[in-house]
Amino acid sequence: MLEVRDLSKSFGGLRAVAHVGFAVAEGEIAALIGPNGAGKSTLFGLISGFIRPDAGHIRFEGRDITGLPAHRIAALGLVRTFQITQPFAHLTVRENIAVGAHLRLGGRRDALRHAAQVARRVGLDGRLDQPAARLTVAGRKRLELARALATDPRLLLLDEVMAGLNPREIDEIVGMIRAIRDGGVTILLTEHVMRAVMQLSDRTLVLNDGQLIAEGAPRDIAADPRVIEAYLGAGAARAYVGEAAHG
Amino acid sequence: MRGGAGIILVLAVLLPLPWLLHSDFWLNFAIMALYYGFLGQAWNILGGFGGQFSFGHAAFFGTGAYTSAVLQLRLGVDPWLCLALAAVTGGLVGALVGALSFRYGLRGSYFALVTLAFAEVFRILADSAEFTGAGVGLQIPLKQTAANFQFPDKAGFYFVILGLTALGLAIAWWLENSRTGARLMAVRENEDAARALGVDVIRTKLIAITLSGALMGLGGTFYVQYFLYIDPTIAYGPAVSVSALLVPIVGGLGTAFGPLLGAVALQFVNQLAQATMGSAIGLNLVVYGVILVLMIMYMPNGLFGLARVSARRLAGRTG
Repeated sequence: MLEVRDLSKSFGGLRAVAHVGFAVAEGEIAALIGPNGAGKSTLFGLISGFIRPDAGHIRFEGRDITGLPAHRIAALGLVRTFQITQPFAHLTVRENIAVGAHLRLGGRRDALRHAAQVARRVGLDGRLDQPAARLTVAGRKRLELARALATDPRLLLLDEVMAGLNPREIDEIVGMIRAIRDGGVTILLTEHVMRAVMQLSDRTLVLNDGQLIAEGAPRDIAADPRVIEAYLGAGAARAYVGEAAHG
Repeated sequence: MRGGAGIILVLAVLLPLPWLLHSDFWLNFAIMALYYGFLGQAWNILGGFGGQFSFGHAAFFGTGAYTSAVLQLRLGVDPWLCLALAAVTGGLVGALVGALSFRYGLRGSYFALVTLAFAEVFRILADSAEFTGAGVGLQIPLKQTAANFQFPDKAGFYFVILGLTALGLAIAWWLENSRTGARLMAVRENEDAARALGVDVIRTKLIAITLSGALMGLGGTFYVQYFLYIDPTIAYGPAVSVSALLVPIVGGLGTAFGPLLGAVALQFVNQLAQATMGSAIGLNLVVYGVILVLMIMYMPNGLFGLARVSARRLAGRTG
């Protein structure tokens, strides 16, 4: 469904993403993890058309989308959310979601009706007529999800939708993401909440210093010494594994 | 659909005004209020609904005014046809300014400055070109017939400006109830989020500035026909740009009725200032400046916002 090949992007002298290549298959939930500054958000920006790559190719459903403007990519069915939520602050929750719905629906009435349905799926139906500015962090995360969902996407890129949520809220959103996948939407997500990654993802990709260092089932990834070192520093793997053996 | 009944009601109330107002002074007052309300509505489409604050709407207004005056005087074009053509030229200049500034991502104060610069460039051009009458300006010969878009009594002008007001309100209503309007407001609130949801940000802004420019062009023609005179400072000077933005800011940005409300309020202020302080040149601009600062500091949602909040409070208390 999504195929990234040899993708690179530098900002000035900093190589944010270097020769990254991977694929996401239809119907799966793939997780992209890595320490802060590893290049996850840049990679999302590149795939969704917000940032132009220096080199490499991105194919979506067999079509080369490298360098296409973001709104065209969204129209093809590849839609992202933002790590730092970006609500339309002065519009109501219903109007916010309707902007997404308008990608497929021309009529205002249809879009508003569809918005209400999507709101129900993410548990925002009690707040439809509130301005988005008045939502809590958890509410805003749901709104990001709802707006993207309302566009009727084929592939969703979810950028840290669980950051800042409490454990109960995380469980709820994990359930929602699963339901979205079961509804036929492929999902690529970045996440720091490892418990959620373990529960959700079919496959995990690890990014460090702009490079893909590991890829595999979440359980194997967690035990991979390269991954442990990326998170905890050089030499940590040995110490960590040794400790685990003793404990 | 939202707001449609209110618009029809307001127009129905305004329609019989010329038969109720027996003084020329008050009829002129009503015409000027509607005229400024119309300019404000034009600005409101781009600035209120789209969040793009222009400081140079005179560029579109003046182009419309000169389109009418030049075509009538030089080529003998029918003045009613000129009205339609002024919408086209105003819209084209809008599209041009928009294409140049939005293409390069100019926002906020940068966009405001570029629009101001465009208006100034047009002012200097009109000041030096021969076919615009240069600094002397253009005078339309008096020939008061309705067919000539000059009415023997003010009521005719009143109905024309009321018709334009209806057009402005209809466009505002459309923005409040359509996909294009929803996208325009989304762009105002957050461009990145809008793009992520498939909104073509540049195209959306271009639609808004073209419409806004077309309406300003119509306003320019109305001015020429009402006052039968235009010169570079009237057409492209900052006074028109400031009036056009002040009216919706006072009345309520991004609302259908805000500009109308703001224009009526400002027209009262204007008359009051003239009555108390005489007609010292530029004094009204000082008063406008003070009002602008006070409005932005204490009433960012304008008179319409204030009315809405009070209505809600009242409803909350009784209900």
